[in-house]
Amino acid sequence: MDQRRDQRAGTRVAAGTQTSSGEPLGDRRGERAAENKRRERRGLLISSVSTVFVIGGLATLILTSPGWEDVQRTFFNWDVFTETFPDILKAFWLDIRVFMIAEVAILILGLIVALTRISTGPALFPLRLMAAVYTDIFRGIPTVLLVYLVGFGVPALVSSSGTGNEFGSGGPFDWLPTDPVVLGGFALTLSYGAYVAEVYRAGLRSVHRGQREAALAVGLTERQAMRHVVLPQAVRSVGPPLLNDFIALQKDVALIAIIGVTGEAFRQAQIATATDFNYTPLLGAALLYLAVTIPLARMLDRWDRGRVR
Amino acid sequence: MSTPVIELREVTKSFGELEVLGGIDLEVHEHEAVALIGASGSGKSTMLRCIDLLNEIDDGDIFLDGEVITDPSVDQVSVRRRLGLIFQAYNLFPHLTVLENVVLGIHKGHDVPRPEAEQKARELLAHFGLEGREDDDPGRLSGGQQQRVAIVRAFATRPRAMLLDEVTSALDPELVGDVLRAVRELKDEGVTMLIATHEMGFAREVADRVGFLHQGRLVEVGPPAQVLEDPQAPETRKFLRRLLEAGRA
Repeated sequence: MDQRRDQRAGTRVAAGTQTSSGEPLGDRRGERAAENKRRERRGLLISSVSTVFVIGGLATLILTSPGWEDVQRTFFNWDVFTETFPDILKAFWLDIRVFMIAEVAILILGLIVALTRISTGPALFPLRLMAAVYTDIFRGIPTVLLVYLVGFGVPALVSSSGTGNEFGSGGPFDWLPTDPVVLGGFALTLSYGAYVAEVYRAGLRSVHRGQREAALAVGLTERQAMRHVVLPQAVRSVGPPLLNDFIALQKDVALIAIIGVTGEAFRQAQIATATDFNYTPLLGAALLYLAVTIPLARMLDRWDRGRVR
Repeated sequence: MSTPVIELREVTKSFGELEVLGGIDLEVHEHEAVALIGASGSGKSTMLRCIDLLNEIDDGDIFLDGEVITDPSVDQVSVRRRLGLIFQAYNLFPHLTVLENVVLGIHKGHDVPRPEAEQKARELLAHFGLEGREDDDPGRLSGGQQQRVAIVRAFATRPRAMLLDEVTSALDPELVGDVLRAVRELKDEGVTMLIATHEMGFAREVADRVGFLHQGRLVEVGPPAQVLEDPQAPETRKFLRRLLEAGRA
């Protein structure tokens, strides 16, 4: 050990003298690079071997276990998959539309609620109070409960108030929509709007107060300072957490299946499953949700990484 | 004598129990540069922030061109449009380019049409040695360049007076000169200025008068030669002696 250190010190001194006399640097740099490459290659080898070993072992274990054929028939049935998947895929288009429309509504609602909550004017106090109550309540209620409540409650209200005549119409709530897709989207908007409002609010608070002051100092009004200086920075800083909420929403669109929306991917898979107790269609639907959420998640990772730089 | 551009009369300001300004009287006249010196926490920054109405004073009055600006009925935005405040930490808008940082105040704050505002901003940026940086993010500039952008931003609307709050304190020593040159430029243009500073040499050179603040009171105000070379108040003497010992005077 000691001997080796002496040797190195010797090399370094030698290298030093070489440089000062104008000759090329010693070989230390090359040695280090070679050693690093050796280590890298060894690490790669070890991780490959271990991966093959672990995955291969698990696969063998599963595929040779006595129940595998039953599992495969029930969950990974290729024939059932090819038969049911086209319908599920078609139904998934509704999920996408609900997701997109609800997302836009959520972004707007969340922003309005957040701006209301951070407002300071005394005249706005009641609105501030309402915004605070809204976020508290709708963040605290399970989304599934809210979808159920709105999806069944509103049509019940419309029909019970319209019982005065035989067509069940003419009641004071007739203007309310009863389409379960609309009501489901509305329930999702209410629920996620509360989360997104809090995300925005955190973003607004994270902008340094010097930014508002600088905006005022160059002659902007409070409103202009918010619109041109504070808000753009707040929205930028909350991009990743917002995207995170998008991912959660994309999955939760499946909840509208419980209020009788037909032609939605999860519902479609349920129906297909019910006919012959084969669960492959559900996995087909799961694949579709993943096909959207995984790219979104990777996007989020890249966005987050980009910001640290 | 003509009406001072900025006048403070018996201005007091406390943050909770802490009295930051204890009855300030000061006049800054047209084309005059007044430097405020004093230890950290002596009230220099607070005074400037009170003049730009970013902090509310407790008592007394502040006048701009003879009009009181500290009454609650006064439109604060129109007052700030007549003043230019430069911050110690630059406070540039990081989401906007250098050019947009300057344009925002001219265009939105002073309703100058966009093309005109942009042209004005470009000219001024070039004048202060920032040509070619117009489209950069402010974060890519050196501290000295950032502070010069902040100076241009505040000066672009030709305010009646400029308030400079320790504009070199956040800078590496080798960048200080750049910014001081820019301030000297303003002085040469005849801009009325109130300058809170730690740079005694600079105060001596640029200021027409120097005021020494000690625990929220203006202990001594006078020409730089008098206040800095031959101070009368014992507090000023002590402060300058300590600076001298620290090698900063």
